[in-house]
Amino acid sequence: MTVAVPTSLSDALAAIAQNPAAQIIQGGTDLMVEINFNRRKPTDVIALRRVLELREWSIAKDGSTITIGAGLPYAQMEDDEIARLVPALAQAARTVGSPQIRAAGSIGGNLGTCSPAGDALPVLSALDAIVHLRSSTGARNISVHEFMVGVKRNARAPDEIIVSVTLPIVTGWQGYAKVGVRNAMVISIASCCLAVDRTNSAIRIALGAVGPTIIRCRATEAWLTSQLDLSSVNTVSTNLLKEFGDRVAQEAKPIDDHRSTAVYRRHAVSTLAKRLLTRANTP
Amino acid sequence: MKNTVSTNTVSINTVSTSTVSTDTITGTRREVRRDILGAPALRPDGADKVQGKFAFSSDIWAEHMLWGATLRSPHPYARIVSIDLSAAFDIDGVEAIITAVDVPGKKTYGLISSDQPVFASDFVRYVGEPVACVAADHPETCRRALAAINVIYEVLTPLTDPERALLPETPKIHPDGNMLRYQKIICGDQTIQGEIIVENTYELGMQDQAFLGLEAAMAFPDSGGAGVDLVIATQWIHEDQKQIAACLDLPVDKVRVTLGGVGGAFGAREDISLQVHCCLLALKTSRPIKMQYSREESFYGHVHRHPAKIWIRHHATNEGIIQRIESKMVFDGGAYASTSAAVLINGITHIQGPYKCESATVHGFAVRTNNPPCGAMRGFGVVQACFAHESQMDKLAVACGLSPVEIRLRNAMRTGDKLITGQVIESVAPVERCIRETDAIPMPVPLARDANPLELVGGSGLTSLPQNIVRGVGWGVSIKNLMYSEKFDDYATARCQLHDGIVNLKFATAEVGQGFVVLAPQIARSVLGVDEVILDPVDTRIGSAGSTSASRQTWMSGGAVDGACRLVREQLFEHVGKIHNIDPLRLVIEDTDIVDMIGDFRISVIDASTGAHFDQTFEHHHRPTEELDENGQGNCHVAFAFVAHRAVVDVDVELGLVKVIQIATAQDVGRVLNPIAAIGQVEGGIAQGLGLAVMEEIVLDNGKIRNPSFTDYLLPTTLDMPDVIAVLIEEPEPQAPLGAKGIGEPPCISVTPAIAAAIRNATGRDLPRVPIRPQDICL
Repeated sequence: MTVAVPTSLSDALAAIAQNPAAQIIQGGTDLMVEINFNRRKPTDVIALRRVLELREWSIAKDGSTITIGAGLPYAQMEDDEIARLVPALAQAARTVGSPQIRAAGSIGGNLGTCSPAGDALPVLSALDAIVHLRSSTGARNISVHEFMVGVKRNARAPDEIIVSVTLPIVTGWQGYAKVGVRNAMVISIASCCLAVDRTNSAIRIALGAVGPTIIRCRATEAWLTSQLDLSSVNTVSTNLLKEFGDRVAQEAKPIDDHRSTAVYRRHAVSTLAKRLLTRANTP
Repeated sequence: MKNTVSTNTVSINTVSTSTVSTDTITGTRREVRRDILGAPALRPDGADKVQGKFAFSSDIWAEHMLWGATLRSPHPYARIVSIDLSAAFDIDGVEAIITAVDVPGKKTYGLISSDQPVFASDFVRYVGEPVACVAADHPETCRRALAAINVIYEVLTPLTDPERALLPETPKIHPDGNMLRYQKIICGDQTIQGEIIVENTYELGMQDQAFLGLEAAMAFPDSGGAGVDLVIATQWIHEDQKQIAACLDLPVDKVRVTLGGVGGAFGAREDISLQVHCCLLALKTSRPIKMQYSREESFYGHVHRHPAKIWIRHHATNEGIIQRIESKMVFDGGAYASTSAAVLINGITHIQGPYKCESATVHGFAVRTNNPPCGAMRGFGVVQACFAHESQMDKLAVACGLSPVEIRLRNAMRTGDKLITGQVIESVAPVERCIRETDAIPMPVPLARDANPLELVGGSGLTSLPQNIVRGVGWGVSIKNLMYSEKFDDYATARCQLHDGIVNLKFATAEVGQGFVVLAPQIARSVLGVDEVILDPVDTRIGSAGSTSASRQTWMSGGAVDGACRLVREQLFEHVGKIHNIDPLRLVIEDTDIVDMIGDFRISVIDASTGAHFDQTFEHHHRPTEELDENGQGNCHVAFAFVAHRAVVDVDVELGLVKVIQIATAQDVGRVLNPIAAIGQVEGGIAQGLGLAVMEEIVLDNGKIRNPSFTDYLLPTTLDMPDVIAVLIEEPEPQAPLGAKGIGEPPCISVTPAIAAAIRNATGRDLPRVPIRPQDICL
C-alpha cells in the first residue's frame, strides 16, 4: 500500500490526477473502520489531513454565504461563529460520535461516504448547499442534491477532491434533531433539519436515515408555505401540526434493519419534524 | 454539566482502617494509612491500565512466533461435505492448517457436558463455529489462507426457535438431543388458588458480556512436542488446563497455563475459545503461536447470556401475601451445552425472588438451537428469573392496591425462611433492610423547565424538551446464590511464604478486573502485620482457585489466602515464642508488631521473621451442597446475597427514548473489605444491568448475528450512566471466612427490572420484554 501525504491542495490534486483509483482519506472515521473489518483493501491512499487549505472556512464579503472547508473537523463547527451563523450545522456536528471522532471527522468525509445516516447531510440538503469539487484540470460547483446520488454513492469524479461546501446564511430559525438508541455516540436512526428562510418566506425540511439518501420534503414545504406566513412567527394549530407530521411521514422512505424498524423511523422522523416546526414558531 | 458517574453517598458502617506514623523521605512525620482489610486500597495495576501501560494478553510477543487464525462457519446449520485445504497450503507463509482430524485427543470439550467439537467435522451448528485454523507468518497471510480454504456445505434448515426445540417431533440437531436439561420444582400445596392472581409472559434478549480486552493467547511448545505453555486471558486456568490436556492427549502437567493480562470477563472467558486451537498450532509448528480475536470474531467466539421466555403466575391473598408461584421457564442454550444446565437451575431456584413462598410448580427447560451458544454471564440465570418475578411484584402491588415498596416489604424473606427447594436460608438475609435503606435515599431533583437540552433524554440529538418528558420510578429486589451449586466442590488454594518481613502469595485466582490483586495483599497485611506483599505469577504450579465467577473469589480465594496467612502466623508465633520463651497463644499482631497480650513484650514482624522462612498452603472449601431431587428439592446452594434497586428514569413517551436519571441501591455485602473496589463493582454492575434494560442485545436473524460490532451492539456510555447512590449494608456473614459476601453479580440483577418498572411507571405500558426498544414504548 502506498500513502501519499500532500501538504497543499495542488499537490493533492496532482496526486489524484496521477492515480484516480487512489482512496482519499480525510479524518478516517469511516474508512479506517471499513479497513479494520476487511471490507475494503485500498492499495493506494491519499491522505488529506495535512492539506490545511481544506480546513479553512470563510464568510462571503456580502455576508450572504459561508464556505466551509471539506476537512474542517466537526469539533470546530460546534464552538465557532459557525454555530451562530448556521446553528443547525453546529447542532448536527455535536451529534457526531465521540469527542475523538469529532476531532477527526469532517463534512468532506460525510459527503464522500454519502451514507443516508450522515449527520451533516440533512443540514446541507435543507440549506441547498453547493459542493465545490476540484481536479487538476478544473473546478466544478454542484448542488448537494445532485451530488448525493444514492446509498453511499455520490457524483464525485475519480480525479476530483471535495474541497468545500457553501451554505447560505439565512434569516430565520433553524434546527437539527436526531434519534438514536443511546444518549450519545450513536448512529442516527432518524434525523431532521428544518430551516426557515424569512427573507424569502420559505421553509426547508430534510430527513436523514429514512431513505436511500437524504430526503428533501419539497411537497410538504410547498404545502406549508401555503398554510403559514413564513415571514414571521406563527401560531401553529394542533390540526396543522398533525397534518404537517403526516405529510413528512409520507415523504420518508425508511426500511427495517438491525438498528430499527421502518414503522418506528417514520414515526420518529415525523415527530422530530413536528417538534422542530414548533420550536421554529416559539416566540 | 454533569456527565460522569457520580456516587454521591457511600454509607459504610464499619470501615476498619488503622493508621501508623512513619518517617518519610523528607523527614517529616505524617500519618499514612496501611492498606489492610477495610481500607480504600488502590489497585496495583490501576494507574498502568489508565495510562495504557498494562500488558494485556493481546500484547504478548515472542521471537519467531506465528499468528493463528480461525475459519468459521457462515451457516447456522449445515453438513460439511468436504474441506479442501490445498489452495491455502500453497500460499507463501502458511505453516500449518489444522482441522478436526488433527485433534489428537478428545474431539470435543465443554464445562459440564463435553458436546462441543474443537473443530466441526460433520455438522456446523451455529454461525461462527470453528472449522479449521491456520498458522502463518502474518495476520494478513492468515486471512488469505482462510479465504482459500474451500469448504463445501450442504445447508440445512436451522432450528432457531427455542419453543420449537421443545416439541418431540422437531428433528434433533445434535446426537445428544435438543433438550440440554429439564428440571421441575414441585413444593407445597399444588391446588392453592389465590384471591389475587397475576400472570404474564416475560422475555429477555441475548446480552453480550462485551469485555474490552479481546480473546488473546500465546502458546509456547516444548521442544519435541512433549508439552506446551499457554499464556491466556481466562477465568479459570485449571479448568482450561484440564480441557486442553484432554483434547491434546497430553498429561495434565504437560499443559502449563499462565494467566495473561485480562481485560474483563463477566463469564465469557469460562468456556474454551482459542485455547485448544492455539496449543495445537504451536505443537504442530514447533513455534510460538499468537492468537487474538477481533471484536467481530469475539461475538462469535464466546458464549452469551441466555435469551429466555418465562411464563409466570402468582397466587396471593388480598393483602398481597404470596402463596404460590407457577412458572414455565425456557432458556435458549444455543448450539452447545456450555453451562446451560447450571444456568437453568439458577433460574428456576431463584424464581420466587427474595420473597417467602410456600408452594410452587416450576418447569424449567434449557434447549439446544442453532443460535449462538449461551453460557455464563454475570447473574447466571438469576437475571432472567429476577426480571420476571420483579415485574410480577409490581402487577401484584397494583392488584392489591399497595405501593411497590409495601408489597415487597410484606413478602421479604429473612434468615431461617425456607426456599421452594426446601433449602433453609442460613445466610444473613437483610432483604427488608435493603428495601428500607434504598427507600430512604433522597430522590433526584425534579426536571427543571429550563434544563440544558444536552442533559435531557436524547442528549446531543436535541430530540426532547422538558414538556416531552415524563419521569418514572421503579423497583427491583433480588436474591443471588454465591459460589457453585449442586454438589460442586469449587475449592480454592493459596500459598503464603513469609521471610524477612516480606510475604509472597501464590494462587491461581484469575484477576479479571474484580480486584483480587488488591484484596489478597490487604488480607496478608491484616493477618501478618507486614507491609510488603509480593504476588507470584498466576499459573498452574499451584492447586486450583476455581473460577473467577459466581461472586466467589473474595469468599473462596480470600478464604484460602486468609487460611494460609493464619497458618504462617501460627508458625511465626511459635518461632517467636520459642526464642523469647513466651507461650505463643499470648501473642497477637498489632499493626506491624507482634505483642504479648499479657506482658510488655513487643517485636516487629520484620525483625521476628528476619532469617526465618515460613511456608504454608491452604485449601478453602465451602460447605457441601446437594443435587436437586426429581421434584427440585435439596440444599443445592451454598449461600445468598441480596440487593435492592430503585430507578428513576426520564422517558420521552412520544419518541420512546429513555434516560436513566438515578439508581439508588442498598446491597447486602456482609462486610466491606475495600470500599473503592466495592463501589466499583456496584457501579459497573448497574451499567451492565442498565444496558440489558434499554439497549444491549445481540440481534439475531435466522441464527445470524446482525450487529457484531460496537457500532451496533450498543453499550451504555458515560452520558447514559445515571447518578448511583449506594448504601453498603454490613452484617457480617458467619459462614464467610472474612465475613464478606461476594458482591460482583448482585448489582446487575435487579437494576434491570427496576429500570423496566420505572419506564412502565412513566408510560403505562406493559413492556414484558427487555431490552425495551423505542418502538416498544411509543408504537
